[in-house]
Amino acid sequence: MASPTDRVYSDSHEWHRFEGDVLTLGLTQYAVNTLTDITYVEMKKPGTVIKAGDIVGEVESVKATSDIYCAVSGEVVEVNRALSDDPSLLNTDPLGKGWLCKIRVNDAAGKAGLKDAAAYDAAHPC
Amino acid sequence: MHRTPLHKFHLDNGAQMVDFAGWDMPILYSGIIEEHRQVRSSGGLFDVSHMGRVKIHGRHARRFLETLCTRRISDMQPGQCRYSLVCNAAGGVRDDVIVYRIDEDEFLVVVNASNRQKILEHIDQVRSAGDYSLKIDDQTMSTAMVALQGPKVMDLVGKVSREVPTLKRYRFTVKNLVITKLIVSRTGYTGEDGVEVILPSMTVDLAMKLLLKDVDLKDPRAALKPVGLGARDTLRMEAAMPLYGHELGEGINALACGVDFAISLDKHNAEKGERFIGQDALEKTAAAGGPPHRLVGLQIEGKRAARQGNTIKTAGRDAGHVTSGCLSPTLDKVIAMGFVERALTAPGTPLTIDTGRAELAATVVPMPFYKTAKA
Repeated sequence: MASPTDRVYSDSHEWHRFEGDVLTLGLTQYAVNTLTDITYVEMKKPGTVIKAGDIVGEVESVKATSDIYCAVSGEVVEVNRALSDDPSLLNTDPLGKGWLCKIRVNDAAGKAGLKDAAAYDAAHPC
Repeated sequence: MHRTPLHKFHLDNGAQMVDFAGWDMPILYSGIIEEHRQVRSSGGLFDVSHMGRVKIHGRHARRFLETLCTRRISDMQPGQCRYSLVCNAAGGVRDDVIVYRIDEDEFLVVVNASNRQKILEHIDQVRSAGDYSLKIDDQTMSTAMVALQGPKVMDLVGKVSREVPTLKRYRFTVKNLVITKLIVSRTGYTGEDGVEVILPSMTVDLAMKLLLKDVDLKDPRAALKPVGLGARDTLRMEAAMPLYGHELGEGINALACGVDFAISLDKHNAEKGERFIGQDALEKTAAAGGPPHRLVGLQIEGKRAARQGNTIKTAGRDAGHVTSGCLSPTLDKVIAMGFVERALTAPGTPLTIDTGRAELAATVVPMPFYKTAKA
């Protein structure tokens, strides 16, 4: 399945969708396939200031625990509360209802290191 | 990488494959939790062909296995299987195995995939150190092994064989299939009732057709569905069955692992009694009051899982470590197993688990975490 072209991707398997100065962050289909059933999600609280490359949260699956990274600097403004009640949304709809958090970007320099959908899919076929 | 005779079956059923001990195996088909629930509520089909199957036969097979295995072998009846450990001289665990007594002088030993080469070498060494007349035949590559597990499995199997549902736990029968034979045992690694079938590789397609003739695997409500190694792991954890590399290992004293039933420290007192490798060391451990650490079950508050290697603490100091853990799909609680100091093993003992990310509150609980009403 091809990754959508409206966003860019990190090699640590987060998708980044930029709309104005707000970034929505999520996990790719490849990441979710590798993690298997997700059982717990914890993101940094709104108000948390992050630098490019910082950990912004973690997800636990039946098999493993993984950190979530953000490629740009900014402030967490919203986390997807639906995931605390139903972490499996990440498995069923990682690119849509399973988004992780929104970040108000204050320095987008890290964006340059991200891949477009074609390059990401070529590097991580699923 | 090795492929089992069911490799194509896995791909046809949409499996996500992983390398497991050098075998290309299905980790999951639809999802680990869904498959886990399928086994608890109905039935699951597991390819366990990657496990080693070693036939040991000949005049001294019985005596040889008494030396190799911690559990008594001589009093087994043909048609009986037994869970046992294989120990090193220091009393550590080399592997856990199921021994099938096919005939007076004929046995089959099922070993872990990751330990097959090591155990074959161990068998060779033990054999050359003693005076045994026996034959060793590694049948892993020429046979397949399939586990059918779950509350509805015996009804399904009953349609193909009237005899199999009458088998007691840890008994097996040898059935004819065309010109070959298959071994059907009432055993498993899920905590559910069910069978494990060992059959020649070339008969797998035929046997699967026979078995699945009334089952549509693609039907969401199918009584039997394929289940991968992911759910096999969470199922065995709920049933508190140890896994080599987690609860069992060369450096782990056999008396610490919660499987004392499989260690016959008195086997030499029986008629024709022989001692087993590791017995001297384990007798010393027992005489000293047991190993300093023991395996316990833990229930953890919240939804964050503890993982292998996490530190178990009491009153701020280290008291042990976690060997396995997951969010139990059946109980919807986080469960774990781990080794803790002997003084902290009583159910109800409060402990803390340091995952490196968080400190989790845990309580020692009896094992198994889950027990089916029937099995």
